[in-house]
Amino acid sequence: MNVLVCISNVPDTTSKINFKDENKSFDSSGVQFIINPNDEFGLTRAIWLQQKAGATVTVVTVGDASCEPILRKCLAIGADQAIRIDAPPTDGFFVANQLAALCKKENYDLIIAGRESIDYNGAMVGGMLASFLALPYLANCVQFEMEGSTATLQREIDGGKEILSASLPLVLGAQKGLVEESDLIIPNMRGIMQARQKPLTVEMAVEVEAATTIQHFEKPQKKGPVRLVDAADVDTLIELLQNEAKVL
Amino acid sequence: MSVVVYVESQNGIIKKAGLEVASYGRAIANAIQTNLIAVTFNTDDASVLNTHGVDKVYNIDTEGDIFFNVNRYSVSLAAIIENETANIIVVSATANGRYLGPILAAGIKAAYVSNVVALPSSYDPITVKRSCFTNKAFNECVSNQSRTVISLSSNAFGLKEQTTDAEHAEADYLNSNSTLKVTATDSITDKVTIADADIVVSGGRGLKGPENWHLIEDLASVLGAATACSKPVSDMGWRPHSEHVGQTGKPVATNLYIAIGVSGAIQHLAGISSSKVKVVINNDPEAPFFKAADYGIVGDAFEVVPKLIEKLKAIKQ
Ligand SMILES: Cc1cc2nc3c(=O)[nH]c(=O)nc-3n(C[C@H](O)[C@H](O)[C@H](O)COP(=O)(O)OP(=O)(O)OC[C@H]3O[C@@H](n4cnc5c(N)ncnc54)[C@H](O)[C@@H]3O)c2cc1C
Ligand SMILES: Nc1ncnc2c1ncn2[C@@H]1O[C@H](COP(=O)(O)O)[C@@H](O)[C@H]1O
Repeated sequence: MNVLVCISNVPDTTSKINFKDENKSFDSSGVQFIINPNDEFGLTRAIWLQQKAGATVTVVTVGDASCEPILRKCLAIGADQAIRIDAPPTDGFFVANQLAALCKKENYDLIIAGRESIDYNGAMVGGMLASFLALPYLANCVQFEMEGSTATLQREIDGGKEILSASLPLVLGAQKGLVEESDLIIPNMRGIMQARQKPLTVEMAVEVEAATTIQHFEKPQKKGPVRLVDAADVDTLIELLQNEAKVL
Repeated sequence: MSVVVYVESQNGIIKKAGLEVASYGRAIANAIQTNLIAVTFNTDDASVLNTHGVDKVYNIDTEGDIFFNVNRYSVSLAAIIENETANIIVVSATANGRYLGPILAAGIKAAYVSNVVALPSSYDPITVKRSCFTNKAFNECVSNQSRTVISLSSNAFGLKEQTTDAEHAEADYLNSNSTLKVTATDSITDKVTIADADIVVSGGRGLKGPENWHLIEDLASVLGAATACSKPVSDMGWRPHSEHVGQTGKPVATNLYIAIGVSGAIQHLAGISSSKVKVVINNDPEAPFFKAADYGIVGDAFEVVPKLIEKLKAIKQ
C-alpha cells in the first residue's frame, strides 16, 4: 500500500505575523516553521498504516529549499521518503495541480492532505486535488479504518458526525480526531539519524498558472482597551451587552 | 451573466448561513446589475428566499438521498451554473459549504476563494478580501479566472432583506460515479451548534474539571448559545473534540463570545477573533485574554457565573 501525505510548511502557531515589500509578501524573518498541525495528524495516521499494514509512506511538499527541514522532520517521525516539488506555492489551485501531476505518475492508494493549512487557510487543496484525479474526497476526516480496499470513514459536520464508506484510492482532509494529540510522534535520536539516510528527492514543477493572485496583505485593526466591570456588578455587564454592544 | 448561491438547508429548513449567502449574492447582483439565482436541495418552503433578494430558485429534490452528497450536489450545481452562465458563485462557510466549494470550483474550472469577509472591492477582475493566518491577517485576493467561487465567512456580511418575486425552476439531481457513500449521521440535534450560534459560551481549564461544566451549559442555555472549550479541555476529555475552538479547532465568528477561565493563548484567540464582541471572565487580571476582549470581569468564575445565570434568567422571564 502506498500512502502520500501532503505537507504544508507553516509558521509556528505562536508566531507574530508580519509582512514586507509594501505588504505584498510574508516576512519570514525570525519565524519558526512547523508541519501544518492538520498534516501532522494525517502523517501520524499514515505511520500507523506503515506499522500495522506495511504501507510505504511518502511525504510531499510544494515549496523552495527552505521547506526541507520540515520534510526531514517528517522522515524522522517515520515517513519512508520525501519529495519536494520545487516551486513557490502561489495558490491552492497551483499546489493542487502540482500534487495531481505527481499522483498521476505514482500509484498512491491513499492520499492524505490536511483539512486546512494554518497560513493560507484555503481548505481547498485536498478537495481540488481529488477532483483533478477524479477520486473521492473526504473533508474534516476524523476516522479512517480500512478493510481490504474499502474504507470506513467519519466526517465532522456542524453539530455531529457523518459515517461513510468509500473504496480506495481516496483523498482525506485530516484533522484532530483522526489521531489524538497524545498519539503524535516526537522524533527520537534514532529517527533523526535515520532520516539523514532516507531519500529526499527534488522534482521539477509542472507548468501551470495560479487561479488567484494576492494583491496585498493587511493586519487587523488594533482594538481599544477592554472595559472592565466589577465582579460584584454583573448587572452592569448585562446592561452593557444589551444597550452598548447590542448583542443580547 | 448571473450570480448563483448555494443555499444550505437542514431538515428541510433553510439555514441562517443560507440566507446570509443570499443577502451577499443580492448585493453583488445589484452591483453588477444581474440576476440572483439560488440553488437549494430538499427545502420544504423556499419562499423565505423572496425576502432575501432571490430572483430564481432551483429547489432540487434528491429523491430520497437524505444525506449531503458532495459529488452529486456539485455536478447538479455545475449544470445550473452552465445554464445560467453564472460567473460568480457563492457558498457558505458551513462544514458542507466549505466541503463543496473547492470540488465545485475544480468541476467548473473556477477560481476558489475561501474565508471571504466583504463584498468584492472590484468586479473586473473580481477582487475580494479574505482572512488568512487564522485571522491574524487579511489578504486582498484577485481571481484570474472568468468564474469565481466565493466561500463567505459566517457572520461577515449578515442578513439583509430585499423583497423579490422569485421564479421557481426545476432542475435534475444528477448522478456521480464517486464511491463515497454516507451511511448514517450521528448528530447532537437538540443543541445549538457553534457554526449556527449567535452566541458562544466557552470554558477553559480555569473551570477545574468536567463536573463544573453545568456553569457553561446553564449560561449557554439561558442565552440560547452554543458551548465551546479550549484545546486542553478537549485534549483531557472533559469535553468532546467538536467543542474545541481556536487555531487548530473550530473557528468562531459569532456576535458574542464569552470566555470563562480561558487564558487567551495566541492559538485560542486566533480562532475566535472574528467574533464581534468578546467577553472574558478570569480571576487573573494579567490573563492575555483581557487584551483581546471588549468587556471583562476580573473574578472567580464560580462566583460570577452563577450570578450571571440568575440575573439573565430573571430578565428572560
Ligand atoms: C500547535 C498548537 C496549537 C494550539 N491550538 C489551540 C487551539 O486551537 N485552541 C486552544 O484553545 N488552544 C490551542 N493551543 C493551546 C494554547 O497554547 C493554550 O495552552 C490553551 O489555549 C490554554 O487553555 P486554557 O486557557 O483553557 O488553559 P490555561 O492556559 O491553563 O488557562 C486557564 C485560565 O483560567 C483562569 N482561571 C483559573 N481559575 C479560575 C477561576 N476560578 N475563575 C476564573 N478564571 C480562572 C486562569 O487565570 C487562566 O487564565 C495550541 C497549542 C499549540 C502548541
Ligand atoms: N505547499 C504545499 N505542499 C504540499 N501540500 C500542501 C501545500 N499547501 C497545502 N497543502 C496541503 O493541502 C492542505 C490544505 O491546505 P489549504 O488548502 O492551503 O488550506 C494542507 O493541510 C496540506 O496537506
